[in-house]
Amino acid sequence: MNADWLNHHHGHADSPIHRLSAGLKLGVALMVIVVTVLAPIRWSGWFIGVTLLLVLTTLLSRLSLLFLLKRLLVLSPFVLGVVVVNAFQPASRANWLAVAVKSMLCLLTITLVSNTTPFSRILHVLKSMRVPALLITTIALMHRYLFVLVDESERMRRARASRTFARGRRFHWHTLATVVGQLFIRASERAERIYDAMCARGWK
Amino acid sequence: MHIPDGFLDGKTAVVAAVISAVGVGFALRQVKRELPPRKVPLLGLSAAFLFAAQMVNFPVAGGTSGHLVGGTLVAALLGPSAAVVVVTTVLIVQCFLFQDGGVTALGANVFNMAIVNSVIGYAIYRMICHWLTGIRGRVTALAFAAWCATVLAAISCAGQLAWSGTIPWSVAFPAMTTVHMFIGVGEGLISALVLLAVSRARPDLITETTQTGQPRRLGELVGYGLLVTLGVAIFIAPFACSWPDGLDSVAEKFGFSHKIASPLFPAPAPDYQIPGIHWAVGATALAGAAGSLIVFGLALLLGRLLVPKQTGNTSDNFQNP
Repeated sequence: MNADWLNHHHGHADSPIHRLSAGLKLGVALMVIVVTVLAPIRWSGWFIGVTLLLVLTTLLSRLSLLFLLKRLLVLSPFVLGVVVVNAFQPASRANWLAVAVKSMLCLLTITLVSNTTPFSRILHVLKSMRVPALLITTIALMHRYLFVLVDESERMRRARASRTFARGRRFHWHTLATVVGQLFIRASERAERIYDAMCARGWK
Repeated sequence: MHIPDGFLDGKTAVVAAVISAVGVGFALRQVKRELPPRKVPLLGLSAAFLFAAQMVNFPVAGGTSGHLVGGTLVAALLGPSAAVVVVTTVLIVQCFLFQDGGVTALGANVFNMAIVNSVIGYAIYRMICHWLTGIRGRVTALAFAAWCATVLAAISCAGQLAWSGTIPWSVAFPAMTTVHMFIGVGEGLISALVLLAVSRARPDLITETTQTGQPRRLGELVGYGLLVTLGVAIFIAPFACSWPDGLDSVAEKFGFSHKIASPLFPAPAPDYQIPGIHWAVGATALAGAAGSLIVFGLALLLGRLLVPKQTGNTSDNFQNP
């Protein structure tokens, strides 16, 4: 696995937060996110409470703080965009601080949940919430083969890089598209094999 | 284009979620009806493929790089309903696993990237395929359709941000449209090249999906057409009717203008907006119209350049230059 940022979900660390039931975690997270998005910024009590809850959860879950900070930085271009726009647009009614605080808190909440809960558990919760079976199957298959295909595309990229001495600008696009096209072909061939394997094991 | 949490207010998030839920439910029903069981794993694998393909960056002008959205490409490869399901799956996994796009904004993201991008892209693709036949026509059609779909998804995203009051329409619309008119060129080019690469290596993968169920497609497109029109009427139309102060009229109509928050720091230009901002909205609309003509010309040229004339509809006699 080359892309290590994909990998962290498979580190099954153990902590009190990891042991909580997935349904409880998802439910609480969803409630926190919805109320945080809807709450006017003057409800400072709510925001302080959520921040404390998140800090407590972070400490209990023993996740790396550096990793969480990196995830939060992903938001910075969006927040910066809103700040810049609002600095020049006094007529707009958005409070950039509210947007920044809300998006940070929500992102931290969902990051904590997804990093302390195996994805299959989240799928079980979705299933019990009567999400259509076809969608669940598709999500489960995507999650299973996501890492396989990302690895495959990385291998193809490396193979291509080791064979092209200096890629020309004109052929760059062509190579990219061929790699992506090849990836689709391999994915659909794999899908055929998976279907056979599923049938062999008595699917449906 | 992934909107994070906190950038949309309650009403926008709820309206977008309802429209998207209806759209995805409709797509799932269609897929269940017309997709043979053999193809069910292909949906999941296509979603994984799209995720991996989105990690391949392509260069955009000015040293920045963009990545594939891919809704139109998947729609051309698998059909519109399957594309809606596939892109929705990608968005759900990106939201819950990689925190790309917010939970409350999931509905809006699904509307922009799964429904608008795939369905409108597919409609344009089919329309042009009727005129221009053969693989050359398909390449042209997909390049143009992917460009249009990218720009339209960006406009829809701007409309949602403006309706939430996060970024005013007079800024969001020109900014999002201009940026995505450039990104869309890359999207169109790479989609067309990928379609060409797939149709050269495995022509059977494409022909079998685009030629089946011809009459049913019409009802499908009408269903999606209604949904997209509804979304456009809600997210974009209020601003397009009265460009300068669309947001104000909407705010008064819905009675939430009292929510106006005072800015935290005094703005450099307190009582008027930046000169030229009103002008920018009209100019962007004009540029978009002109841009679509130019891109269509480029797409025609691309089809001509990439596909030699003698290859009418098959590609087995193609030789690498």
